[in-house]
Amino acid sequence: MAIETRLEQLTAHRAAELLRQGAISSVELTHAVLERITQCEPKIHAYLTVTAELALEQAKRADEQLADARKTGDHPSHTFGTGFGAPLLGVPMTIKDVISTQGVTTTAGSRILENFVPVYDATVIEKLKAAGAHLIGKTNPDEFAMGSSTENSGYGVTHNPWDLERVPGGSSGGSAAAMAADEGVFSLGTDTGGSVRQPASLTSTVGLRPSYGRVSRWGVIAFASSLDQVGPMTKDVRDAALILSVIAGHDARDSTTVNTPAPNYLMGLETGDWRLDGMRVGVPREYFVEGMAREVEVTIRNAIAHLESLGAEIHAVSLPHTEYALPTYYLLAPAEASANLARYDGVKYGPRADVAGDVWDVIRATRGRGFGPEVKRRIMLGTYALSAGYYDAYYLKAQKVRTLIKRDFDQAFDQVDVLVSAASPVPPFRIGEKADDPLQMYLADVFTLAQPLAGIPAISLPAGFSDGLPIGLQIMARAFEEEKMLHVAYAYEQTTEWHERKPNLRG
Amino acid sequence: MSLTREQVAHIAELAKLELSDAELERLARQLSDILEYAERLNQLDTAAIAPTASVIPNQNVMRPDIVTPSLSRAQVLQNAPDTDANHEFLRVRAILEE
Repeated sequence: MAIETRLEQLTAHRAAELLRQGAISSVELTHAVLERITQCEPKIHAYLTVTAELALEQAKRADEQLADARKTGDHPSHTFGTGFGAPLLGVPMTIKDVISTQGVTTTAGSRILENFVPVYDATVIEKLKAAGAHLIGKTNPDEFAMGSSTENSGYGVTHNPWDLERVPGGSSGGSAAAMAADEGVFSLGTDTGGSVRQPASLTSTVGLRPSYGRVSRWGVIAFASSLDQVGPMTKDVRDAALILSVIAGHDARDSTTVNTPAPNYLMGLETGDWRLDGMRVGVPREYFVEGMAREVEVTIRNAIAHLESLGAEIHAVSLPHTEYALPTYYLLAPAEASANLARYDGVKYGPRADVAGDVWDVIRATRGRGFGPEVKRRIMLGTYALSAGYYDAYYLKAQKVRTLIKRDFDQAFDQVDVLVSAASPVPPFRIGEKADDPLQMYLADVFTLAQPLAGIPAISLPAGFSDGLPIGLQIMARAFEEEKMLHVAYAYEQTTEWHERKPNLRG
Repeated sequence: MSLTREQVAHIAELAKLELSDAELERLARQLSDILEYAERLNQLDTAAIAPTASVIPNQNVMRPDIVTPSLSRAQVLQNAPDTDANHEFLRVRAILEE
């Protein structure tokens, strides 16, 4: 059987299909990805850990299971969704290093977790393993997922495969770069204020942030608990739907997960009908603002025209509190982070500073030396926003504005099915360009902060290029209406060719 | 809002963060900038608005009070930088005076 592409270029759904048919083996596939990693890593640095030996061992076992299944005809991998077979049997997975993987070093990109080896898997990892996937490596994030460029990693910056002098976005920049460079088949990232969608936009890949409560965070190193979500980072929309189907659902160990069953998100993508007749697409005017690159605006306007050509009704809408999302986010997220990061004291895990003095001197020194500049900045900002005398003025005020931001979306979704915008106001920027100006860096997230505050799902997918640099289209939906969002995203993707372009990494 | 170096040092003590003089200087400037930006929230009248702490309706999620297996002592201590000689306890500097 002829395989249409190089093995490492395969998507998860296509790889799973070829594995089921016996056209390829998991060992071949895993080997191809590992070779690609060896070839690209000197330029990209997407990975912090590559579990080559373990991955090949598990690939071998998957091949045995696949062979058995073919013999008996009783195939474990023909259905989708957790608990109903193994749809990803034999497919390697690439995981952001803030998600706990049993027995495999997990650093969250921080020196304060250097050599930390989790004793259990995150729920999302359990589910992916139950679906047949095996780990191939852990990817570079901004430290504790705080950043928009991976420049805040304690282990070096990741380079954008489309231009090695530019950032891949962040904080899930390693995962995004790995997908863009075919150094992996599919990945998981985390998104607190855009950390899945913004890097997807900057690397011409797909990043999906699910509704808050849709996916368990148990075993995910916490940043801001009222905002954190885990999301698929993939090479196409179909994979995002497949991976979401596997990881979504209630988890008794995460009380913020909702108790409604997760649908099979692939169902709506089976039709082969790309028409969007009757779909009401809202264009929020506040997402076309000063400071947005002209080429980004042109690209998004073209994408909207394309959706209209597929039959969608385009409506101008307003989300009047959009400009307040950034200050709201940068008070609430650091406040929650300052509480979540209190646990890093060098007592239970992580390196401990060896200094003279009492237990508090040791803790202060451990934290002062273990955390990088951005994490310290956010702990300080959050501590201040929560401190006596300032709580009402900053933290409580921001929580009230969060209500207004959420209300904007509720009202917009009374009029339209989905909203569309850019995922990033600018194409990938140069490494170092914003590194010394935190506020400028925060503005890189300006289009991806309001959705987490409102708890709604959003996806970024390839929508074009400016001078060879990727631009992503963001599609948002009402909470727990991922199907609508995926339907529009799939129709757009299948009638455009942006997702088929690959960066040229030679030379 | 402009933060003084002394205020920043006070916050650092609340957060149990050792910071160098250069870091204190830099943070005083950067935090002041960020807080000044955040002041724009005061353009909004929120007197009648309830705060949102969480976007989901789940409240007081309960589970049956049943003992279930947990991590072993060895697992819990596996990543600890210091334990006692028998690997039974985490070890830190004395926290109580004689």
